[in-house]
Amino acid sequence: MIGIIDYGMGNIFSVKKALERMEIPYFVSGIREDLVEADGYILPGVGAFKDAMQNLHADSLADFIKAEAAKGKPILGICLGMQLLFDESEENGRTKGLGLLKGKVGKLPTKIPDGRQKVPHMGWNELNVQNESFLLTGLDGQHAYFVHSFYVRADRPQTVLASASYGVEVPAVVGSGNVYGTQFHPEKSSTAGLAILKRFAEKVKEGANA
Amino acid sequence: MITKRIIPCLDVKDGRVVKGVQFVELRDAGDPVELAKFYDEEGADELVFLDISASHEGRKTMIEVVEQTAAQLAIPFTVGGGINSLEDMKAILRAGADKVSVNTAALLTPHLISEGALYFGSQCIVTAIDAKYDEELGSFRVYTHGGRKPTKWEAVAWAKEAVKRGTGEILLTSMDQDGAKTGFDLELTRRISEAVSVPVIASGGAGNADHFYDAFTEGKADAALAASIFHYKETSVKEVKSQLKGRGVNMR
Repeated sequence: MIGIIDYGMGNIFSVKKALERMEIPYFVSGIREDLVEADGYILPGVGAFKDAMQNLHADSLADFIKAEAAKGKPILGICLGMQLLFDESEENGRTKGLGLLKGKVGKLPTKIPDGRQKVPHMGWNELNVQNESFLLTGLDGQHAYFVHSFYVRADRPQTVLASASYGVEVPAVVGSGNVYGTQFHPEKSSTAGLAILKRFAEKVKEGANA
Repeated sequence: MITKRIIPCLDVKDGRVVKGVQFVELRDAGDPVELAKFYDEEGADELVFLDISASHEGRKTMIEVVEQTAAQLAIPFTVGGGINSLEDMKAILRAGADKVSVNTAALLTPHLISEGALYFGSQCIVTAIDAKYDEELGSFRVYTHGGRKPTKWEAVAWAKEAVKRGTGEILLTSMDQDGAKTGFDLELTRRISEAVSVPVIASGGAGNADHFYDAFTEGKADAALAASIFHYKETSVKEVKSQLKGRGVNMR
């Protein structure tokens, strides 16, 4: 079963509803003793990086997530939740992240070679698949719904499974080993987003049965 | 490349869609959830619900509508109308809306925008601006109370103020064009869009696909909203998108 990690950052309603509609079993908790029962995790998140990390530490969840990842349980970070998987962020001063994936989070550029662009990056953007993954089979060129002002600069290009062009190539889906993330909101990204959630859930199930 | 967004808008009163909607294929054309699903399937990029209930009961019903819609939709949606406090925002967002839109209350108490942005994040807070050309001002003036009361604000100045306070998006309605079906107010839209760093949704005046094209090109809008032409099937989201794609506009 999927455990949705609730650490007081943002709206988990839509993720829950999307899982329910696809009949994917889940539970929500912010307590490690409960969460440890899960076969895989979704780390959602909307808001500021620093607050999010503070909350995760306050609830003793940061170390917990790292330990669970080390056990090989699949983890999917969504939006801010994806950014938290990386080493650190420059949002409101430097803050250390979970360090499960290599890279830093920085502000999206407003100045681009052919002028200026608006930040936040808000709306539907096309997924350009960069590295083959079970999450993305058949989804190259599909659109996903993004809302963010910061983006990941991954150290290793192979971590970026798909990107979206917004002045820079914004990592849209990342993954390494059993740790995955989507910068966009899969639960708000119509059929492509739901497909990704479903595939992640299948991965969690496989792990549970193994 | 990011796409331009097409956004149908539904007026909801006491839990029902008002302003006639001509959808024979729906079980119940007055049901906001059914209509939301219909537009989702047609390729709408987002939806806006405008709650025009006057009563407390009507507002409570809106929360139920939001919950049911959120349970069925996999595209973002915004709820506006009568949002006066942080508590109102909280109730709507908790029920599953992705964004709330503020209008009159934000003009009366601009810190509502700042507070909302701080609590829920800028991406959740849409500032709706109703503007009308004003000879005396030589520019566009902002109105409150559904366009009934003029304010001291010039539209560009207010848009900038809203952005400074943390709004993540602007829903800009031209009162001059609203309902005219002769096209969006391109001058107004371009002025605001060029002045602010957040996305601008053009609203008011959509009559056909060409009007959307103009809003995105000349008006520099990031998204465009329409109600009646979609509800009365004068055109469809699908048709507009296919025409725009044909003219080189990036669409989902």
